[in-house]
Formats: sequence, structure tokens, C-alpha cells
Amino acid sequence: MSVRLANQGRLIDRMRPLSFSFNGQKMQGYHGDTLAASLLANDQMLMGRSFKYHRPRGVVASGAEEPNALMNLGSEGHFEPNARATTTETFEGLLATSQNHFPSLEFDIGAVNSKLARFLPTGFYYKMFIHPRSFWKHIYEPIIRKSAGLGKAPKARDADKYEHYYHHCEVLVVGGGIAGLQAAESAAAAGVRVMLVEQTAHWGGRAPVDGVIIDGAPADEWIKSTIAKLSSMTNVVVRNRTQGSGIYDHGYALAYERVADHTPRDQRPRHRLWRVRCKQIVTATGAIERPLSFARNDIPGVMLASAVRDYLVNYGVSAGDRTVVVTNNDDAYRTALFLKSAGLDVPAIIDARAEGGGELMAQAIAAGIRVETGRGIAKVKGGKRVTAVSLCAQVGEGSEIEEIPCDVVAMSGGWSPVVHLWSHCGGKLFWDDAKAMFRPDVNKPPIGSNGEGFVIVAGIASGHLRSAEVIQDAGQAGLTAAELVGGKKAKDTKLPDAQDAKEAAMEPVWLMPHGASYKLRSKAWLDFQNDVKVSDVQLAAQEGFESVEHAKRYTTLGMATDQGKLSNINGLATLSEALNSDIPSIGTTTFRPPYTPISMASLAGEARGELFQPVRKTPMHNWHDAHGADWEPVGGWRRPYAYIQNSETVDQAVHREVINTRENLGILDASTLGKIIVKGPDAGKFLDMMYTNMMSNLKPGRCRYGLMCSENGFLTDDGVVARVDEQTWLCHTTSGGADRIHTHMEEWLQTEWWDWKVWVVNVTEQLAQVAVVGPNARKVLEKLGGMDLSTKTLPFMAWADGEIGGFSCRAYRISFSGELSYEIAIPANRGLDFWKMVVEAGAEFGINPYGTECLHILRAEKGFIMIGDETDGTVIPQDLGLSWAVSEKKR
Amino acid sequence: MLVLNCPYCGLDKDETELSAGGEAHLKRFGPGSSDEDFEGYLFERTNPKGLHFERWRCAFGCGKWFHAARCTATLEVFGTYKAQTLEPPKVIKDVITTKRPGWSWRNFS
Amino acid sequence: MKRYSVFAVAREAMRQHSGWGRAWSNPEPKTSYDVIIIGAGGHGLATAYYLGKNFGITNLAVIEKGWLGGGNTGRNTTIIRSNYLQDASAALYEKSRSLYENLSQDLNYNVMFSPRGVMMLAQTQHEIRGYQRTAHANSLQGVSTEFIGPSRVKELCPIMNIDGPRYPVLGALWQPRGGSARHDAVAWGYARACSDMGMDILQQTEVMGIRQKNGNVVGVDTTRGNIACKKLGMVVAGHASVVAEMAGFKLPLESVPLQALVSEPIKPCMDVVVMANTVHGYMSQSDKGEMVIGGGTDGYNAYTQRGSFHHLEETVRALIETFPMVSRLKMLRHWGGIVDVTGDRSPILSKTPLGNTFINCGWGTGGFKAIPGSGWGFAELMANGESPLTAGFGLDRFRVGRFIDESVAAGVAH
Repeated sequence: MSVRLANQGRLIDRMRPLSFSFNGQKMQGYHGDTLAASLLANDQMLMGRSFKYHRPRGVVASGAEEPNALMNLGSEGHFEPNARATTTETFEGLLATSQNHFPSLEFDIGAVNSKLARFLPTGFYYKMFIHPRSFWKHIYEPIIRKSAGLGKAPKARDADKYEHYYHHCEVLVVGGGIAGLQAAESAAAAGVRVMLVEQTAHWGGRAPVDGVIIDGAPADEWIKSTIAKLSSMTNVVVRNRTQGSGIYDHGYALAYERVADHTPRDQRPRHRLWRVRCKQIVTATGAIERPLSFARNDIPGVMLASAVRDYLVNYGVSAGDRTVVVTNNDDAYRTALFLKSAGLDVPAIIDARAEGGGELMAQAIAAGIRVETGRGIAKVKGGKRVTAVSLCAQVGEGSEIEEIPCDVVAMSGGWSPVVHLWSHCGGKLFWDDAKAMFRPDVNKPPIGSNGEGFVIVAGIASGHLRSAEVIQDAGQAGLTAAELVGGKKAKDTKLPDAQDAKEAAMEPVWLMPHGASYKLRSKAWLDFQNDVKVSDVQLAAQEGFESVEHAKRYTTLGMATDQGKLSNINGLATLSEALNSDIPSIGTTTFRPPYTPISMASLAGEARGELFQPVRKTPMHNWHDAHGADWEPVGGWRRPYAYIQNSETVDQAVHREVINTRENLGILDASTLGKIIVKGPDAGKFLDMMYTNMMSNLKPGRCRYGLMCSENGFLTDDGVVARVDEQTWLCHTTSGGADRIHTHMEEWLQTEWWDWKVWVVNVTEQLAQVAVVGPNARKVLEKLGGMDLSTKTLPFMAWADGEIGGFSCRAYRISFSGELSYEIAIPANRGLDFWKMVVEAGAEFGINPYGTECLHILRAEKGFIMIGDETDGTVIPQDLGLSWAVSEKKR
Repeated sequence: MLVLNCPYCGLDKDETELSAGGEAHLKRFGPGSSDEDFEGYLFERTNPKGLHFERWRCAFGCGKWFHAARCTATLEVFGTYKAQTLEPPKVIKDVITTKRPGWSWRNFS
Repeated sequence: MKRYSVFAVAREAMRQHSGWGRAWSNPEPKTSYDVIIIGAGGHGLATAYYLGKNFGITNLAVIEKGWLGGGNTGRNTTIIRSNYLQDASAALYEKSRSLYENLSQDLNYNVMFSPRGVMMLAQTQHEIRGYQRTAHANSLQGVSTEFIGPSRVKELCPIMNIDGPRYPVLGALWQPRGGSARHDAVAWGYARACSDMGMDILQQTEVMGIRQKNGNVVGVDTTRGNIACKKLGMVVAGHASVVAEMAGFKLPLESVPLQALVSEPIKPCMDVVVMANTVHGYMSQSDKGEMVIGGGTDGYNAYTQRGSFHHLEETVRALIETFPMVSRLKMLRHWGGIVDVTGDRSPILSKTPLGNTFINCGWGTGGFKAIPGSGWGFAELMANGESPLTAGFGLDRFRVGRFIDESVAAGVAH
């Protein structure tokens, strides 16, 4: 069983116990635990079910690469599906339930799929369910869909808040292990602005767990002093719980900070998305251990050797009482040694290498651990928990030599550098045959705006496995990055001295044992979550899915929520062997952001609800709201569709407004109409080019209706143009068109006729515009007193500046309704007062405000067009009977 | 996520502060031109995979239109220049020649 | 070739699946073919398939520079619909949709066409008018769509928030027989059927030049040598301008990245496909449980298969507004494809200035739904020199100004 040990646990605080719930059961953990560590401490190895076969799944890893331990977390507005237990910090009151099973985690009906596995090979659904046709929609697909998915669908509205930060710096360092710390320190010493991010809550990465010595002391001390130093520097920003999630073109990077996932409901934003702009990025992203492919390697209790070590050293949790280590490299021996020194039983280290390892193997033997070289695991025994492994010769077909009882298998197939961020923006990789890993090809980096590389990989991520090399490489990376962005060379460049055990070379093992039978291969898992086995990839190859992308898509290898962090390399090695090819010629699938899934909410940030898209408001907006406006969104604005009075319906209101405006008096808020001033000696000539009709011959004081077409000749906008004086015109546009037409005019002036003397200003929001419409329009305005509005002084299609009821205004005698109508423009800050005054004065004339639908009916009844309704991008003026508005000279 | 230097502001601008305006240096044809000329200028585009000249507007900055010489395959930027010109300035062409010897684009080289 | 069926799977299960042969062969190029298709994406393979099936042309090679189905066919959000406004579009997309209905049986390959219904939300009065117009047009065109009210929208898609503070849902254009299909399977199914007819699919073979004589095509230069042909079809979405340049003509195209993303898989919660054009977002749930989300295009030309991140922020914002539950999900992966966009946002299925050479391109953001119909019509065009399905989509429409502009019906999203 897995338990909490009495000592060890460098990351937990035993003085701060906490309780949480898993599948309704109360459990105890410590502050500093991850949920996976807490669960293991409570002997809860079984944490989930796989996707396809619903096989029991235990935790495999201890970090971001975990494919199995996914939880429904929290409840109601704080619910989150598919939360990775290995990257979830345990907090008091945490609520977790396991996923993808019915009726329970221990007994899952869906596990029948596992018994039928031979009938459900990879790609089975392409070959089945073809006949009869209607069955797919009505029977097959509904069943398949029902079994799809992992976590539950959230139901309640998100109760948390989120935010975005913009950050500018010269150098971004991703990863807070010893490489990242050193790179940041070296870059910061050069005086440039540095940001350092680490995805976990803790600095230092694996070095303290692996027993690395830096400058003669345990790595923890150097880590502590280095992060303290960096934190105190004014040119450095450090953030833990912040993942470098993606790298984009021209030095743009995303950092995803989980601010309050571990302290829910404390009023802080849950997540913060950092949009970082920098000049150089150092990715010190470490490496991920690879599983080994042997039969039934998916039984709970089979874990990565490094994870077993992590749980022991970081959380004081032993994954089991008896741990068999199986490996093709020296690093896994560390796990055995740590377990042994913690007083736990290590029945055997099974080393696939014929000669075994080096220094660490000697230490293991000295510690009394049995080491079997040239051996492998034929198969794992047990159902929901490992009970034993059967030993075999690695070179053979898997005949059992001996059964070794155990409850944990700690496996290591070597390490894969985390090259995701390097690759996001086009960085290329090469296959290092000696180390059996893909490494960043420094000659083919992601290209920045200057055509040079802008990403440097440091430490284990670039393939350096020894700590001394890691520090040297990272220090150089930090310096190079700083120098490239103009940093000064620091005087004291002596790097710390790191020491760890010498290691013998690893030997790639892609299948254990090498000659495993079909029976064993069909039980050797590559992708634990999606249930892809060695035999599946081999079948894909057999069927011609030879491209790595084909094989991936056909088998679903690497398409689970871990995006193949554990499975990809083993999968493509399996594919290359099946094709008798080599790994480099197979290549990898494309690494796409984000590195691990990030919350959708963090992408949206604060822009939700009322802030989703700010509403543009006219000066009279609140009046409309108080007078029954039924709103309609129009081009960023909101306009009243109709004003609802008493208990009438919207339709009734519209009818009332139409009849009242035709018979008495209506008032319309026309402030949203675009208003653009065009001024200058060449303004008339310019407007003749913009409009289909002539505007240069318009007389000051007069208005003219104008049409605008795109270069293709299709209608794009219309409106009334007023000539203000010899050199000034005011152009009205549609409500949605103001910005577009303003931009359109600027474009022509700047890019085609840049020698013309014309200035264009968009004054849409500077002016409120009130349409007073209907038979009584003149009466109400004359009652208010001021300028002469008689037909004689202000005839149809004329305008004049003056005063109405004490308000300075510009009155246009124009009509979009066919009724007697004045549009009065006043400075925006006086709009509401003017509106109120007209409404009050109009009471005796039966004034009623009207909305956009009434406007549409009024204009449609008179045959006036509406851009967007009568036009669709293929309509020319002639199509709408508007030939009269096209100048004779332009037809 | 491009960064382009606005030659009017003189500042590096994030793509979100700019709006893209399509192919640059199109020769517009007026009334009386042939259908072919109209079709060519309205619709036919070079659309190269590689060096491209294109129009941008400093939409949320100074509002000015400018041109950029950019590689559509790598997104490398060779330079930006003001829009009031009929062809790329020599300094831009020289930069491109250094980085892409033997280049040509429409009738420029 | 072995027929796929439940019985075949059961038989193979008894012998460790050792009897499955290659889904498609991997031949050496011949020196000459009657027809060469450049591009083994969905459209190219479908063209080849219908050239064989409908016109008996099987001495044919499909040349692909990468892996078949690896371009936009394998990168899109798999929406299938035919609720277009213009007659030419409606005819083409409806033909396509109807071919999808029988495609699994026709190809003997389960492409998982799932007619779960597609709705396009109306969130402004303008959209209501536009979609009502489209619904009327569709009933004249024989395309079954209807305009539905907000309560029906909510009934069909319970996770939707129809009372959003900014853009409440006012109705939707509903096409119950639209839906989605498994994108890779469409390419694989056609490839397998083509290979079965004796056609050569030449993967990892890049066309470097187009050989011509007296104004006619005579062959192509490839990285695996020169191959002669009598007719040539160019079906290279995203790279059409590049290939056209080899043939010596320009196209009315701009190539821009289009992005998409998926969430982690969750239990089924959404049966229909929803497109919201006002807020710019569309979403459906795959059979695996992932929410499949389409984003926008970049405004500038690029041949990088990745786009600018801020477009995703805009898309996700819009989706959270429409589907509040999305807020609690996580984005698993996002990616980009290169789409080529024409002057009127409609595709080109056309003869070209080079004799016996045909081009199929310009599908913009909406090519997947058209694969069978496009292949059917383009095959007819290549075989007979004309096809009623492609008649409106010629290159000449830009010269004569006969646009097929779907901006009313299509908005931005497909």
C-alpha cells in the first residue's frame, strides 16, 4: 500500500494538516501536497479510468505530463473537469471526484470494453458501423457519444474572475529549475529586464530531488539564495505557479499564472494570463521521463521512476511497500537508492542493458539491492494494483524466468527534453542517437522579426543531462540572450560548481522484451489515457498509415489531454521499427501550444458579461432606457428598436409609433449616424471621387443625398452630405459605417492622392442628432422659438445654423421618412437637454419617440433604401433604381 | 503576433495596434481602362510564399498608412516605409538584397 | 481490397489483425498518366474518385508534397451545411451535403457523417432579416432550412445562454440535416477507394514545375522526376497561388492563416453545431467529447500554419458569452491552417489560362463541407469541360463582375 512516511517530504508542512474529499470520502493531507501526493498518502492509487477501455488507472507521473490522474474538481461555479491531480495543490476543503466510470471508480461497467479489446483494434470505427446507413445517426453514434468524454460538463456559470497582464522585458526565462535560475541570473547580471517563470509552486526543479550538490552544499541552498537574489533585483520579475504556455512569432509569449487555484474564493483572480513581449526567450524546460513498453504496464502501481522518487522526497509518500525498478539507464537507480535509504523494500532493479550501469549501480549493489542486468519485465500481474512482475530476458520473447512480488513498478525508459516551446514557433529538432532523444537544433531556431533566432534552449531541455553541464549551458544561454538584446557583460561570470553521480550510457529500449509476442504487445501500453498499445501502432503501419501524423490520427496516440508527453517518443520509435525505418526520418508530430491545457476563462480575461464588448451610448441613452426602450445592437451602439408603453407588445409599439409619426409627431435619436467633416481646398474634388454623384457643385447651405461604392462598384454606404462653406463638407454615414468610411477616406487620401489638400475628421460622437418628424414637426420647433424654419428660408434639402429654444444648433431640413422632418445637431453634451425640451414642448402635438423598426417601416414605405438590407455586397446603385444618384459623368 | 515599426510614430507596434491592408503598390486603373486591367488591379494578387510588400495602418496609433516588406513564410520583416511612394525605397531594397539575394517581386527587384 | 464490415473486424480479431492490408498503396510514379491531380487533400482525392467512378478515368495520379489529408482537410472544424443564399452556392453545397449522407456506404469507410443539425444564430435585427431571407431562398432552392425562435434554439442547445447582456439570441437559421463528419476519415476513405480503382497516390512528392507546350499542359516536374499528363487539376488549398505561378498565371487569392482550437474532452453536452457570426465564434462537440471551436483569420498574408494569438482570445470571449460553461473548460490545443480567400469569398472551380489545366481553390474558411460536391463537379469539369455545379465559379466572374457573394449568409464563419 502507499502511505505517508514519518519523515522526508521537503515540500510539505507537517504542522499544517488539512482535510479534503475524494469521491465523497474525507481524507487528510498536508499543506504543500499535490492532490496526487495526498491521495497516495491515503493509499488511493486508483485515480481514474482510461478513455477507450475504461481500464483502472493509477497515477504514473508527478507533474504536467500525467495522463491518468484527472479529476472533477470543486462544485457549482467553481467546478473544473479534467484537473490533473499531479499539478493540483491540495487545499483545505478540496473536493475531488474521479472521472469516466459508471457506477463507481472501483466497479465500472464500461470496463467490458477491455474484455472486447480484440474486437476494438485501432481504427475499428472506420471499418464498422457502415450499414445500414440510418444506424450511424440513430444507434451507433449515440452510443459512442455517450461513452465519450472524460470529465463532467460544467453547468453553473463561472464564479471566478480572471485577468490579463501585459509585460515587456528583454529576456523571458521559462522554467525555474537550476537551469532557469542560472540563465535568469546570468541575464539579469547583464542589466537587462528579465522575467523568470516556473509552472509549479516551487523553485529548483528536479535537482534537489536528485541529490545534486552545488558549490559543495545540497542544491536547495543555492536555489534558495539565487531566487532570493533574483527577487530582490529591480530588473527581474519572478513568478512561480506560472507556466510558459506558448511561444508565438516576434517574441510574443504566453505565461499562465494560476494565482488562486490553491486558495479558492480568496477574492484574487483565479488565473492571470501574461502576454509577454520580449526579445529573447530562454527555455529551461527540463525533460520528461519516458515509460517502458512492457505487457500490462498500465496496471495501477506502475509509475515513472522519477515520480516514485518525487513522492518520496518531496511529499514523504511511499508509493508502495515493495518497489521493483525497471530501467535502461542509470538515473532510475537513484529511485532505488532513495527508497532503500528510506527503509523501503526494493526487491530488484531490472536493467535491460546487458552490462548494466555505472557508479550508481555499484552503489545499489553495495546497498544490498539485487540488480538483474540484461533482463526485462515480461508482464505485470495484478488488476487494480500491481501484485508482481515476471522477469524475462530482454532479448527474448518473454518467457517468464521468475515472478517477483511487488506493489510498485518504477520504470524509466530514459529522458526526453521538453522541446515544446522551442518548436511552437518553428524551431527544428535533431535526433541524438547516443542519447536517444530529440534535441533542439540550434542551427534552426524559431525566427524573429529580424530573421535571427529568438529562442535559446538551456540545460536538460537542450539535452545536457549532467548538472555541471546544465549550469554551464544555462549560464551561457542567459549571457547570450542578454548580449543579443544589448546587455552588458557582467564582470563576475564564475558559475557555480554542480556535482552529481557519473552515469553510464543509456540504451534505448522501445519494447520489452525485444521479441515480445503479439499477445504481450497487445497489452503493452504507449498512451495510457487513450488506450493505444504497441500493437495498435504496428497495425497502423501495416495498414499504410506510415506518416507519423497518419499514425497519430489513426491510433489517437498522443491526442489525449497530456498531448503525448509520455507516449509520443515511444510511439514513433515503435512506428519506425514497424516500418524498418529510423526515428529521424519518421520525425515528430507538430508541437502546438499550450504546453498544458489552460483555462478558457484566462483567455477571455475580464471581457465577459457587460464588459464583453463595451456598448457605445448616445447622450440620450439613459433617457431611452427609462422610457421603455427595447434595445437593438447596431454597430457597437445600442438603439431603441421601439419604446414600449404600458402593457403593449413590441409589435403594437411599432405600429403606434408609425401611425403617430405619420399623423402627429415623432422624435428619433439619430446621434449614431456617422458624421465626418471633410475640409480643404481639394475637398470638393475628393468627394466627387468618393461619392457616385457630384458633391463639388453643391452650394453652401444645401444638402445632397449621396451613394458610396467600393472599388468594385458595389454599394457600401449612403447618407446626406451638407456643404458647410467653400472648403468644408459634412458627410453623414450609416450608423455602422462611420469608422469604416472615415478609414476609407483616409486610405485614399494617404495612399493615392497624398498631394491633395484635404483633411478628414470623424465627429460622430461630438454631436447629438435629433430627428423631429411628422406633420407637426415645424410647429413644435417654432413653439420653442429661435431660427426661422419656414419653407422659404429653410427649404427641403437645406440646412442652417441657428438657435432653437436657446440651444445653438444646426438644423437640416431632410427626411428619411417622407414626412416633414428636421434633423437638429447639437453639441453632444447638450443633447439630452435638447431632447427633453423637445419632448416636453411636443406633448401638445402628440410627440412620441420612435425606434429603429418604425424608422425602417417609414423609410420602406417611401422606397428609401437601407444599406445592408437592400444591399449584400453584390448590389450596384442601378439594381436599386438609384441611377439618378450616379453622376452622368460616372455612368 | 507581428511587431512592425510605424515609420510615422517611429515606434514598434504590436499587431493588435495595427490593421492590415493587403498588397502594396497596386497600380489603379481609371475610367476607360480595359477589363483585363480592372481585373488585374482589383483581384489578381501576387500572394507569394516569401517576400511580400504589403500595406498596414497604424490604426490605434497615429492612423497613418505605411508599407512593410515582409516574408510570408518566416514572417521576417525587412523594413517599413511611408506609404507616399510608388515603389519601395532603396534602403529597403538593399536590406532585402542582403537577406534574399536575387529577389524579385512584381516589377521590382 | 478487403471490404470493411463488422464481420471482417470479427474475423481479424481471431487472427491478431494480421490480415488487414494497406488502406492505400504506395507506388512508384509512372512516366505518364491521363490525369494528374496536384494535392491529395479532400478535394483532390474526391476529384480523383469521381473521375474514376463517374467517368472511368483511372490512369490517374494524385501528387502530394506531404501526407495525404494533411492540409486543411485535417485541420478544420468539420462543419457540413448548405444553407447558402446564392443559388450557385446552395446547389454546390447541397449536392455535397447529400453526397455526405451516403459517403460511408459509397466508400465502404465510416466517415462518421453525423447530421446533428447546424444553427446560425441571429443576434441582431439585421441578422434576423438576413437569415429569414436565406431561409426563403433555401426553400426555393430545395435546401431544407428554417428560421427558428430563441426558445427552440435553447431547446436544441441547452448549454447556450440566449439572454446574454450584450447580444441576446433572437433566433437562428436551422438546418437539421447539416452536421459534421470525421475529417481524416473523409480523406482516408477517398484515398482507399482511389487506390482500389488503381489510381496512384504519390505522397512525399512535390511538384516543382509545370511543363507546357503550345499553351497546353504536358506534364509536371516533381521531386521524383518528370511525369507526363494529358490533363492537370490543381487542388492545393492555401498554396494555389504558388502552384499557379509555376503555370504562369495569377489568381485572385490571398492566403491567410485560419485558427481553430479544442477543449479537453468532457461528457456529451451539446448535440448540435452552433455558429454565432455577430460575436465571431462557432462550436460543436466531437464524438470524443472535445469542444471543437473555430476561430478567425489573420488579416495579413502568411504561409505559417499558425496564427496570431489575439484572434483566439476574441473567439473564446465570444464563446463564453454564448456558452458560459466554456469558461470552466481548458484549451487543449490550438493550431492554424492556410486558407486562400477570393475577392468574393466564394471558391474557384475553373478552367485556367493554361490549356487542359483546371483549378480548384479559394474555399476560404469553408472547404471541408464541400469536399464531395466539389470533387463531383470538378471531376465533371475536368472530364467534360463543363459542369452545372461549377458553372458559376469560373475565374472569369471577376472580370465580368458576376460575384457570388455570401457575406449575408456566411458572415465570417463557416
